[in-house]
This record gives sequence, C-alpha cells and structure tokens, in this order.
Amino acid sequence: MKIIVVGGGKVGRTLVEQLIAEGHDISVIDSKSRVITNVTDNFDVMGVQGNGASYTVQQDAGIEEADLMIAVTDADEVNLLCCLVAKKAGGCNTIARVRNPIYNSEVSFIKEELGLSMTVNPEHAAATEAARILRFPSAISIDTFAKGHTEILRFKILENSILNDCRMMDISHKTGSEVLVATVERGQEVIIPNGQFILKAGDTISIVASPANAKRLFENMKMKRGRVRNCMIVGGGTVGYYLATQLLSQGIAVTIIEKSRERCEELSELIPDANIINGDATDQNVLIEEGIRECESFVSLTGIDEENIFLSLFARTVSDAKIITKINRINYTEVVDSLDLGSIIHPKRITAEYILRYVRAMENSIGSDMESLYELIEGRVEALEFRVRASCEVTDKPLSQIRLKKNVLIASITRNGNTIIPNGNSVIREGDSVVVVTSQKGFQTIEDIIDTGRG
Amino acid sequence: MNYSSIRRILGLILQFEAGFLLVPCITALVYGEREGWAYLGVAIVCALLGTLLVFMNRNNETYYTKEGFVAVALSWIVLSIFGAAPFVLSGDVASYTDALFETISGFTTTGASALTSVEDLSHASLIWRSFTHWVGGMGVIVFILAIMPMTGGYNMHLMKAESPGPSVGKLVPKIRRTAMILYGIYFGMTVVEAILLLIAGMAPFDALCLTFGTAGTGGFAVKNSGLFNYTMLQQGIITVFMIAFGVNFNFYYYLLLGKTWAAKKQAFNMSEVKGYLGIIAFCILSITWNIRGYFGSLFEAFHHAAFQVGSIITTTGYATADFNLWPQYSRNLLVLIMFIGACAGSTGGGIKVSRVLILFKSARQEILHFIHPRRVAVIKLDGKAVDKETVRGVNVYLAAYMLIFVVSVVLITMFDQGSLETIITAVVATFNNIGPGLDVVGATGNYNAFLPVTKYILMFDMLAGRLELFPMLVLFVPSIWVPTRRKKKAA
Repeated sequence: MKIIVVGGGKVGRTLVEQLIAEGHDISVIDSKSRVITNVTDNFDVMGVQGNGASYTVQQDAGIEEADLMIAVTDADEVNLLCCLVAKKAGGCNTIARVRNPIYNSEVSFIKEELGLSMTVNPEHAAATEAARILRFPSAISIDTFAKGHTEILRFKILENSILNDCRMMDISHKTGSEVLVATVERGQEVIIPNGQFILKAGDTISIVASPANAKRLFENMKMKRGRVRNCMIVGGGTVGYYLATQLLSQGIAVTIIEKSRERCEELSELIPDANIINGDATDQNVLIEEGIRECESFVSLTGIDEENIFLSLFARTVSDAKIITKINRINYTEVVDSLDLGSIIHPKRITAEYILRYVRAMENSIGSDMESLYELIEGRVEALEFRVRASCEVTDKPLSQIRLKKNVLIASITRNGNTIIPNGNSVIREGDSVVVVTSQKGFQTIEDIIDTGRG
Repeated sequence: MNYSSIRRILGLILQFEAGFLLVPCITALVYGEREGWAYLGVAIVCALLGTLLVFMNRNNETYYTKEGFVAVALSWIVLSIFGAAPFVLSGDVASYTDALFETISGFTTTGASALTSVEDLSHASLIWRSFTHWVGGMGVIVFILAIMPMTGGYNMHLMKAESPGPSVGKLVPKIRRTAMILYGIYFGMTVVEAILLLIAGMAPFDALCLTFGTAGTGGFAVKNSGLFNYTMLQQGIITVFMIAFGVNFNFYYYLLLGKTWAAKKQAFNMSEVKGYLGIIAFCILSITWNIRGYFGSLFEAFHHAAFQVGSIITTTGYATADFNLWPQYSRNLLVLIMFIGACAGSTGGGIKVSRVLILFKSARQEILHFIHPRRVAVIKLDGKAVDKETVRGVNVYLAAYMLIFVVSVVLITMFDQGSLETIITAVVATFNNIGPGLDVVGATGNYNAFLPVTKYILMFDMLAGRLELFPMLVLFVPSIWVPTRRKKKAA
C-alpha cells in the first residue's frame, strides 16, 4: 500500500520501521528537514519537508495515489487538518493521533464528522494497556484476539508453581482449565512446544485461552491474587488520569501521587473518588507514608523515564506489589529489559502497534484473509488471526490429518463467539476465526500453514 | 568501518562487471576476433572472485554514510582495475597505465584518450570503451540497486554517494523502484537515439558506440578523426541527444510519468533545466556570431557551435570541429562552460547547474546582507527553500573543488612539461569528465604524451569529478579505516 506518514517523531519512526518491513511504499512529511534527513537515511522512504496539512506538500508526497494517511505530529489540530485535507485531496483512509482529553471525549463526533478512519490516543492506549495488565497481575503482557474472545497471556513460571515440571499434555487436567501453551522462552531460546514438552521454573510462557479460562487458570495456580484491589500511581499526568478512571470503574482503589499542587486540585475535581496526594514521589518517605509497602500494585507514570525506573526499582525492594513502569524512550530496550521493572509500557510503541493493526487489517481486506498480526517476544514469534472465508484445504477435517509446517501451532478456533482450544480432533469450519502461532514469517492465508513438502 | 559489507558490495560489483564484459565478448564473436578470449577470461575471473566475496560476506550488516562513500569509491576503482585488464591481455594497448587511464576515462564518462590511434583497436575493445561510458553514466551502484532486491534503508547512502547533485532525492518511496525508473528512462532514450542514428544512415557498430558515448555523456569515438566525418544530420541527432542527456532526469520523470497536467507542468518549472537551456542558448548564439567567418554559411557555423557547446556543457567531449583553432572568445567561453557542466541528476559531470544557481543566489544574498545587515532571507529554488545544510554543502563543494584543481595543476607542473594552457585544460577536462581540452589535449590531440605520474593524477581527478569529490577524499582520512569491532557476548 502507499502510505503517507506525517510527523517523524518517535511514533512516526516506529511506524515507518514496521511498515517498511511489511513492504509498504512510504512517504514521510515533517516540517523539520533534520528529521527528514534522519528518516530517509535510515529507512527506504521518500521524505518531503513541509507542513503536512498543506495541500501542495501532500501532493509532493503523492496524496493522489495514497491509500492511507497517518498523522502523528505532536499537535492534535495539525493532525486533524492533515486528515481532513488528505480526505478531500486523495479520498484515502486517514488516521489521526488525538491526545487532548477534551477532544478525546468528543472523539466519536470528530471521527464521524471529519471522516476519519481511526483516531489514536497514546495516553489513553497506555492507560488501557496498564489496566489490562492489572487485571492479571501475574502476567507480563496480555493481547486479545477475535474481538476479545481469545487472550494471549505471557508470564513467568515460578519455583512453587504447579506448572513447574509439568508436561504440556497434563496442563489442562492439572489446572482444571482449557489453555494451550503457545511459546516457551527458555534462556535465549524461543520454543513452540509439543505435547511431550516439560515446563520448568524460570520459563516465560505465553498461553492462549478464553478470558474465563485464563481467569480460572490463574486462580487454580494460586498465583497471588486474581486481581489487585488497590493501586498506587505516581505521576498525575494524562495517562495517570485515564488509568485512574478505568481502575476506579473496576472497583480498584486508587492513590495518585503528584508533585504539582495545581494539578492535584484539577485531578481531585476530575476524579473525586481517587485519593490524590500532593508530594514528591522521589522522596521515599512520602511513598512509605502513603503505604507503598502494603499496596498491591504500583504504577510509575512520571514524565521522566529515569525517575520511573528508580521508583519501580525502589517499589520492588520494599513491596510485593505488581509493578508497571512507563518508559517513553524506545531505544535501550535491551538495557531496560535486563532490569527488574515488572511490566513495561511504551506509550509510543503501543500507539504505533494500534495503527499497525489497522493497517494490516486494511491490507488484508484487499489481499489475504489475515485479520490481525501480533508480534510476540520482540517479533521473534507472530500470532496471526485468520478469518476462514471459504472452505479450503484446512477446513472440515480433523486437525490431526493436516500436515503442519514446522514451528506452527493452531492456538485457538473461535466460532460464534465461543473459543475452542483445539486438539487433534478439532475441526476448522467456514466462518471461524483461527489464531496461528508461528516463528515462520510471511503467511498470507490460512492455507500457508500446510506443509506442502516444498519447504 | 564495516569491512564485511564493503567486501560484499565489491563482490557484487565484480559479478556485474563480469556481466558487462559479455558485451565485448559477443562483439568479438560477431566480428570473429581473437581478442574476445581476453574479455571472456577476465569476465570469468571477475565472476569467480565476485561470487567468492559475496559468499564469504553474506551477513548483510547495516552501514552508514562513511561505508557508503568508501564502498562507492572502492567500487569504481576495482571496476576500473579489472576493466582495464582485457585491453592489455588482448594486446590492443601496450601499457597497463594507458589501459587504466582509458578505462577510468570510460567509466567516469570523461572520454579522454591516451591512445594515439583508436582505429587500430579491435571491435571488442572499441565497444568495451564505449560501453563503459553507458554503465558509468547512470552509475553501477544505481544499476545494482535497480536489479538486486536489497533490503534495508541504508542503501540510500550508496545512492547518495554515487548520484551527482547537491541533494539527492527519490522519485518514489522505494529506492529500487527509483533506480528502475532512472534506468528505464536512460535505456529508453538510448534505444531511441540508436534507432534514429541508424535511420540517418550510420553504420550499426558506429551508431551503437556513439550512442553509448552520448548517453553516458562520455565522448569516446571510434574514428581517429572523432566525429568530423559524419553527416550533418547524424551530428545534429547527436547534438540533440547530448543536450537531452544533460537534463536532470526528474524532468523526464515528471513529463513522462506525471499523471496529471499539474505534475507534467512541474517539469517546465524546474529552474535548473531553464538555467541549463538558457546557458546553452546564449553560448550557441554568441559563438555562432564569433565564428561566422570560419564556415561557409551562418547555418554551418550554428551547427558546429551547437554541437561543440552541447558536447562541452554536457561534458561529453565529442568534436566535429577543432575548436582549438577558433577565436579566443569562443575558446574561453567553452572552457568556462566546462566548469558549469550539466544538470544534477543527469549523466553529465562538472559543477552542475543547480550548484551554480545556488552559488549565485547565495552570493546575491551576501551582497544584500551588506546593505541591510539585519535582513533575513532564505535561498529558494523552484519555489522551495533550500535548506542551510545544502547551501553549506555547495560552498564546501566549491572550496574542495578549487583545492583539488589547484593541487592537481601544481603537481603536474612539478613533474611534467607542457604549456600552462595544456596542463590547466587537461585538468579541467578530466576533472569535469569532458575529455578534450585545448592545445596538445585539444579536440584533435590526446593524452598520450603525458608522463605516467601525470596520468595517475588525472585518473584521480576523473574519479573525484565523477563521484563528486567526497567519496574519493574520505579515502585519505586515516580514521575511516578503523574496523568496526563488536563486543563479544559473554558465553
């Protein structure tokens, strides 16, 4: 597809990197020529310097032939205007980043009236991600498939877990829940396991299950609590605000620690149910006084990455809370991952991923049957969701009769809103949503999973 | 410096050179010449060595500007070293220095010859000489980028290092597609010219060689007399195509592939093309008037003025008349337009019209700045602001250009003898990739009389001129040769 990206900041760059890898033709518009040079030097894209909302600049970038315009500059108004102009000039689909909470509350009206295909709000997305993680505090990350009917949860097996030394085929029986282990990370290795595989403590595994089964698994594994009852949030910025409202609506008690007195007053007006504390969280006494030792979850959301890292490390030493750390910078992931910071959320990366999902779905509506594509474990494994539109090679026969390629796993089949965790006797039917986990790349249709003997 | 990725590119270059060498092989087959074996032998050596290099350096790692520059500079050197071998092995050229001079002159589209009589060469060697022009015109790396599916955005560093012009941009988002479009236009125009020359009654072999020479704005002829003895019509066709190949290829892209009228109109609004055609028109008219007494009719004077101006400004270097004998004004004018050269993004050499435009505009700004010291203004080209980096780049380019020019002249006068006119125009003509200069190296002369050391200096000038100075200059920075080391992971 031909895609124009306006804004070459962190989100823009992450998007460009991914979209290039997926083979799209990309033009990047940015008002700073330094940004343009940087992007064109590193990626195979065309750069246009200028104001993205200008019609002539968009023409230079090839708006007439573009399929999609993604506006991710730091100004909401510019993004909206970009999309409006693009819509009129090229008739393409448009995605805008809209982050101002005022616009956010009116986002459906804006989308409708301006003819946007999608809006993304990095802060809101980050908060949703954090809230989702807090639902299963033992998981490192959670992805949802098939409109929320299937979840992939990633977590670490602890020494005392019942999954320690457990054979794959015994899991469902032992835990009393229908789950399937999709990937096992052991050391540097990523394994897509078979039925004989034995799990060990220290493995990080990804499981596929319906939300109800996932909940049952966690309960039966007796891994801490099912979900947290209270949460301490440091930093009362926009993400903090969104997170607090989401948590409160789920009945989780929220304490927000914020440095600025003014902001505290604003917050207490916006979310009266939250416990707003005015104080400097880098002062350890403040944290201890407010009960960091007792809290069940701790989220550091200040605007400074370094501060967040220190806060989380401190929380780790004094409490058993589930910890979530917000990191803005996307470089240095390897270094950050080596620290024990609990779950890490990158608002910019989440934003980019939201957009990528839309782009993939849009492309798939043209070519393949892929509904969505998720990268697991830093892109080493992909989880693909296919919609089986018509009967083909894989339908209407037991899975045991299908010769799959190596390192391919059929993780779930969703039919009429019910998720089946497949076994050898399961059958794929027309209209099903099938999630396939694989370390091979480039699958376009469900039939690509079959081993044709040609490699 | 990431040596592995550079070795890989050099391997690719050799593989492609093996392919290019098949052209003289086929020619030798057609004419039944024994020299073909030399070309075939070198082709096989190149293919084997190239495959070995590519095979041994398969991990395609990322590279940056410096690797791009070094890879391109070394590619051209390697290309020339191997390309010169068959001249000597076939017995056509006695000394390897002359063969190397000839090959570099070919690849850099200079067209300066160190041979006293080209008619003694085999057909295979003649077509190889001219074919190197065609390959060198658009660039070997660009050719590889068009053919090979290379991943990663880092290839832009390669394209930037090889393509002429102050700021190299893309026509379409994908670099491979951009390279394909450029070569598509190039190939199409080449075919059209060859067909027109055949229709005009030229012998097929001559037509092919001269077309290669025109397309790459090279200048190797197949006759000792250059282009003196072709018909006026044939010379006229070549005049038009020389000028056409000196136009920025974006012009053709907009014109041919622009979907809307607005896009097509963009072609005619390119100030570089306007400036280029303006300079040509002025020079042709004033030289025509200046030399009107030398020819039978005013039309004939116009014809020869047009040919020589087109040949010099596009840095082709063909000649239909010995302009060395023309009045001083015409000679001066021709030497001046040697410096200007063709458009950026064309196959021609020289400083490039767009750089000259930017230089003039920045000079004007500086003057206005004296009058209004607080005046703030940006330089605009084609209605768009030229960013400061580009302007700075152009200024630095001119400084480095003058430096190399002066150093070359001084070095040559130190070792070699000859009139100042000969030496200066020899440097100008090779540095700007033109070919003929004035006096001894004039349109009817050649570079044979120079000492080997002079020839090597001129070879460097040709490469530096074609690659726009900096890729060749970075080779002399010692710190660039420090190998990249990677931290070993603890087991």
